[in-house]
Order: sequence, then C-alpha cells, then structure tokens
Amino acid sequence: MKLHPILAALRKHKAGTVLIALQIALTLAIVCNAVFIIGQRIDRVNRITGLDESNLFLVSQQWVGAPNADSADGVEKLDTMQREDLAALRQLPDVASVAPINSLPLLNSSWTGSVSHKPGAQLSGKDNTRTAYYFTDEQMLSTLGVRLVAGRAFNAGDVQHQGFRDQRDRPIAIITRQLADKLFPKGDAVGKVMYTDGSNAPTTIIGVVARLQIPSTSSQGNDFAWYSTLIPTRLDANFARYAVRTKPGRLDAAMRAVAPTLYKVNPMRVLDDDSVKPFSDIRARAYRADVGMAILMGVICLILLCVTAAGIVGLTSFWVGQRHRQIGVRRALGARKVDILHYFQIENLLIVGVGVAIGVLLALGLNLWLMSHYEMTRIPLPYVLTGVLAMLAIGQAAVFVPARRASNVPPVVATRAA
Amino acid sequence: MFAYYVQLGLRSLRRNPALTALMVMAIGFGVAASMITWSVFRAVSGDPIPDKSTQLFIPQIDGWGPQQNLKGEPPDALNYADAMALMHAHRAVRQTLLYPVRLSVLPEGNRSLPVAARGYAVYGDFFPMFEVPFLYGGGWNAADDESRGAVVVLGAEFNRKLFGDVDSVGREITLGGHLYRIVGVTRQWNPTPRFFDLFSSSGFADAMDFYLPFTRALDLQIASAGSNSCRGKLDLTGWDSWLQGNCVWVTPWVELGSSADVARYRRFLEDYAADQQRAGRFGWAPNVRLRNVAQWLDYQRVVPQESRISLMVSLGFFVICLINTTGLLLAKFMRRAGEIGVRRSLGASRREIYAQYLIEAAMVGLAGGVLGLVFTVLGVSGVGVLFRPQIARLAHVDMSLVGLTMAVAILATLAAAFYPAWRAAQVQPAWQLKSN
Repeated sequence: MKLHPILAALRKHKAGTVLIALQIALTLAIVCNAVFIIGQRIDRVNRITGLDESNLFLVSQQWVGAPNADSADGVEKLDTMQREDLAALRQLPDVASVAPINSLPLLNSSWTGSVSHKPGAQLSGKDNTRTAYYFTDEQMLSTLGVRLVAGRAFNAGDVQHQGFRDQRDRPIAIITRQLADKLFPKGDAVGKVMYTDGSNAPTTIIGVVARLQIPSTSSQGNDFAWYSTLIPTRLDANFARYAVRTKPGRLDAAMRAVAPTLYKVNPMRVLDDDSVKPFSDIRARAYRADVGMAILMGVICLILLCVTAAGIVGLTSFWVGQRHRQIGVRRALGARKVDILHYFQIENLLIVGVGVAIGVLLALGLNLWLMSHYEMTRIPLPYVLTGVLAMLAIGQAAVFVPARRASNVPPVVATRAA
Repeated sequence: MFAYYVQLGLRSLRRNPALTALMVMAIGFGVAASMITWSVFRAVSGDPIPDKSTQLFIPQIDGWGPQQNLKGEPPDALNYADAMALMHAHRAVRQTLLYPVRLSVLPEGNRSLPVAARGYAVYGDFFPMFEVPFLYGGGWNAADDESRGAVVVLGAEFNRKLFGDVDSVGREITLGGHLYRIVGVTRQWNPTPRFFDLFSSSGFADAMDFYLPFTRALDLQIASAGSNSCRGKLDLTGWDSWLQGNCVWVTPWVELGSSADVARYRRFLEDYAADQQRAGRFGWAPNVRLRNVAQWLDYQRVVPQESRISLMVSLGFFVICLINTTGLLLAKFMRRAGEIGVRRSLGASRREIYAQYLIEAAMVGLAGGVLGLVFTVLGVSGVGVLFRPQIARLAHVDMSLVGLTMAVAILATLAAAFYPAWRAAQVQPAWQLKSN
C-alpha cells in the first residue's frame, strides 16, 4: 500500500492528527516516568532486611520515675530493671528468644556513627564509613533470625552495659558482610580491628552476618543501607526496647501476654497501644508512602491509557463516518475489505509513530527534570522501549473496531447521493 | 437565545451518548485527580502562622566547622552553649528556646497505670510569639523562667483527657514524677506544618499535650525526646558533659519587628560567632543564618516529595484529558458542518455560532465537574492510602474546594472548546449548502 494517499488525507485533518499525536506523546512521557517511579518504589519495598520477619515483634516501653541514667548508681538500677524484664519475657511459654535492642531495621529511629581503619579519624574524612549501631546482647542473632557467615556470635560474657549517654570503649563488634567488604575488600575481616566514631580504642571484628539493614529508610540512609554494626551492650535509660521472637504461629498469643507480664514485674511504666507491635506493622509504616505512591501512579496510568485509547476510538470513528462515501467509492473501484482495514491501521501507525517519537523526547526531558528536582535516577532504556511498544499496541487495538466498521462499508454507498 | 442554545446543546449531546459520556468521564477523572492531590498539597504547603511568618526567625550558628557541617550549611539546631548565649544576650523583641520532651503522667481516678505525654520545654515568650490561643489562664512570665518555676500549660485535648471539660488552672499535676502547677490550658492548637520544630518532627504530628519551662526541664535533666546530632570524637560521661559537648538539640526562635531589626540581629549573630572564633572555641570564620518561617519551611523541604510529584502527575493527566476533549469536540462539531451552514445562511452571525458551541462545551464541563466532584469526595476520603495519617487528615473537602472543582472543570473545558468552536464558526455556508 502506498503511503501517499494516507498522508494526503491526513493533511486534510491537521487538527485531529496533531491532537492525537500530542496526546500520545504526553501519555507516553507521563506513563514511562510513572511506571519508572512505580518500579523504583517496588524495588525499595522489596529490599531484604536480613531479618526473619515472621513471628517477630518489638516492645517499646518507658519507665515512670526511673533512676537517673547519668549516675553510676542509676545505671546499675536501670540495668537490673531491664534484666528483670528480659527474664520475665524469656519465661513466657510462647516466646522463643528475646534481645534488648535500641532499634530495628525500618523503624527509622537510629544511632549512626562512622567506622574507620585508623584511630582518631574525622567524620568527614575519606577513610571513614558511615554505619548504624545496634546495641544488643547474645540473643540478638537468634531473635532477629540474622545469619552469621563468618567468625562467632556474641556470648553472655561479651555483653556489657552502659548509660544511654555514656561513651564506652567497644572492644568487639559484629558487622555485616557489606560493611566488612567495604572495610576489608579481601574478605578477611574477622579478627581485624576498626575504630568507631573517631575513637582511639580499637574494636575487634569477631563475626560477620550475611545482611542486616539499618533502621533508616530515608534517602539519607541509602548510601549505607547495609552498613550495620552490632555492639554487645545493653543501653540503660528510662526507656527500653525488646525484640521478641515467638514460637512459630504464636505471635498473637505472645503479644497479648507482654503487657500483663511486664506490669507484673513493675507497674510503673508506660505501655500504650503503640508499644507492642509486630514487625509487619513496622514494615507497613516504613513503606506506606512508597506503596501509596505506587498505587496512585498505577491508577493514574491505567485511567490515562483508557482515556487515550477512547480518544483514538472517538476520533477515528468520526473520520470513518466522514469518509463513508469515499470508502464506498474505493470499494466500488475494487479495493478489498482488508485494504480499507489496513488503510486505517497504517494511518494510525503513522500518527502514533510521530506521537511516540515526540513522546520519547518528552519522557527523557521529564525524567531529567525530575532528576534535577527530586531523588530520581536516569530512566533505563527498556522502560522507554516498552512504553513505545505499548503505545503502538494500544493505538492499533483502539483503531481496530472503527477500522473494521469502515471495511464493512458496502461498495453500493458510492452510487447513492450523499 | 441562551436558553435556546442550552436546549440545542442538550439535544446534540443526547444524540451521541457514548461520545458525550467519554468527554464527561475524561474531564471528571482529570479534574478529580488534580483536586485530590491539590487538597493535600495546599494542606502541607500552607503558611502555618500567616500573621507573623515574616517576623519569626530561626538563628543558626555553625558550631561544627567546615570539616563536619552539612555541606557548608550550619546545623539545623543549636548546641546548649550557643543556645544559652543567644537567650542571655536578649537582642530580640521576644525569644525562646525549645526541645521536645516525653514524660509519663499518672491520671487521677481509678485508672492507675501511667500514660505517656508529649510536650515541649519552652520559654514564656513562646506563647505570645506563636500566638498560642488560651482556653483558660495563660502562659508564664519571665520571672517564672528565671525562678525555674514548676508551672505547666496543658493542651486542650490533654486537659479534657485528664480533668474533663473543666478549668484546671491552679490544680497540680505529676509529670515524670514531679509536681507542676497548671497555669493555662490552650485551645485546640496545632500549626501545620509544625514550623517551630522541624529538627525533631517531620512537620506533621498530633497536637501537643503540655508545655513546661525550659529552665525547669534543664534542672530536672529531662533529656530531649527528639533528635540530637553530634560530631567528631565524643566524650560523654553524663548530663554536664552532654551540655558542654557539640551535640545540637535545641531549636531557637526570635521575633524581630522591622527589617532594620533583622539586619541588626544578623550582625549580632556574626559578631557572636566572630567572638567565639577569637576566643578559640570556633576554629573557622563566622557561618550563621537567619531564616524566617517561609524560608525555613522551604530550606527544610517540608512539603513531602510524594505530594509534589503526585500533584504534577495529576496536572499532566488533566492536560491530556483536555487534549482528548478538544479532539472529541472537534469531531463532534465538524460533523455538524451542514447544520452550521444552514444556520449561517439563514442569518446567524459567526458570533452566534461561536456562542452556541461554547455553551454546548460548557455543559460538558458542568457535567464533568459534577462527576469530578463525586470522585474528589471519594478520593479525599481515601488519601490515607498515599500519605501518613497525620497528613491524610489535613486533606478535606470544603466550599472553596467544591467551587474550585466546578470552576476548573468548566473553564478548562471552555479552553479546550475554543479551537473546535472557532473551526465551527469558520464553516463556509455556501460550500456546505452546495455539497449537500
């Protein structure tokens, strides 16, 4: 089939042609970027924390009238209170293990610092890696379900305790494999020393775990999302957090037992609705905005594609009606049904083709603009190519029904007066 | 004539129900998506204190130095030493320091288990500075700050929870194990975004339970329940070393009258930093900032990224819906070229054709607006999916949103109909009559 008559006909319908092409271009630009945003958000949400997230919950509580954590005497009293709590929780029939911990992955409450090969390093120095600390005890690995890949776990003798604002030397630590690879690329981190927060006292790495995400899910945390450091220390303050692993399937029962058990140990404490929450809640809260954004973008894309397809159907139907007589003439002169069908399909392909060509440029432009204003990366080519193919397919699908109606125009129409 | 054109329009729209429905749906979806995201955006980007947002300033002093500060910017809060120095210098009309605290409270009556309460440690100037409205009593004065008085101001909700709907001024309350005398109860007050504490909050949080004197909180060594940020090698061995250290955790605010006052205060900040440099405390040149409320909200990027991006995507979506409508209206109007030719040859002017088709388009816009309004109401109640509850709660449908929805729908459709109506008015009557 020759393109010439199609182009000649389009020249008669400049406005309609331009409108469809423009609509296709804008739709492609928005859908590409929206789908890219969806993909990014899904990738973020699917990041693996390194925890065994089922049968795990967190208790956050605060004591009332607690001793002063800034006096040596107060620290000892607080530590006794914390150990009483831990013992009581560990006694519960549905509980497998319990560890005191200052935060959990995705909780967005973090204690961050830096580790270095050298003593006394400056925070902003080159030889310095940001990290987030987990202060915990020997039951941490089993409670969180984190896998040790080298060295050894903490034992009860390793565990120290300190006031919340105290600064103590940290003789040993366990770090994540990602942090170990950063500090010691040869993979022989176990037994080596590092220095934390610019300290002059060495910290020996005694073990390496496969993976453990830091508590922060904010963009500032993206650079060091897997650089966690575990310190065998109970922090003593007027509040405490306990991570609890329950026996399989006993999550609800164990969570219900927490408040009565802790109140029995000591009623002078604050435990509210938010104090006992399963890890699934922590995850849902951390990624609420991401999931919401993905849903919104998805809905908008879907409606957008429908509107665009419906627009093509509407305009093509109009053209078919307008050219009713000419179609009849062509049929009377020997054109087959399939020729008429192809005519409209090729016409659509041309318009949509021009539309996607402009659309690709717009999509890349929009992506560049988003990159300069928001935390966005460059859109990968496959996204754009998929978008192009999808637009062409939608154009063809939308044109099919009106085109078939056109192909069914009988040749006899040519003989009738208009 | 207007009524007649409305009638003509209705008849024309009825003739092609599918096409009409398509246009109405497109406008409805487009306007609803824009309005839903706009209702959130206007809530999060509003001015929290319109009367005074140009008079309230947050001073920043770089106590960390170029090696450790935030890419050249001073930290977002002050350390204790600098904060107290600003407070004691007393160079502004009003000034306060603040930090968030979390204390337990034992409610009276039969419920004996303690509950947690959130509040701020502030100076007495806080209340007049931020125009806190009072239900009963009032704030405390400078003498109470000076004497480290055990006084407290309660939030309306918290007062109701503890005492019921009564004037509790003069009564006593135990917070964190210490007795305080209630001097005031505020009305419902929760400026959003919470501009005065962006260091520890994201700007969107539930209303405060209480306010107690900063000086009293320090005496009792009540630690900040919010953020704190430290640099370099820490040497912390207790409360006093914590206060002496370079950790930032105190947010300062000052109220300044004229622009001359602002310039004077800025100079004072620079002089202070220069003094610190001379005294050897800072090993770097003065690096200070003095931002007002609007500048501070902007600098802290309070408006969530989600809100901006979703608003832009929705607007783009709306534009596409309008282009779609333009195309469909063009098809619809041009199909009636013969009819237009007859009207023109019978004496109708171009103007009248123009008016007729714009009125028809306006009816599409009106229907689209009504549909959009329904979607908007549904959507606003569902924004909880997209935003945190503290933000989702702010989005609401009010008269201005209803009016805006209808106005945007009709005006946008008229704009989209401009070209098709112009084409309709250009129809040559003679040519049409001949071809028929």
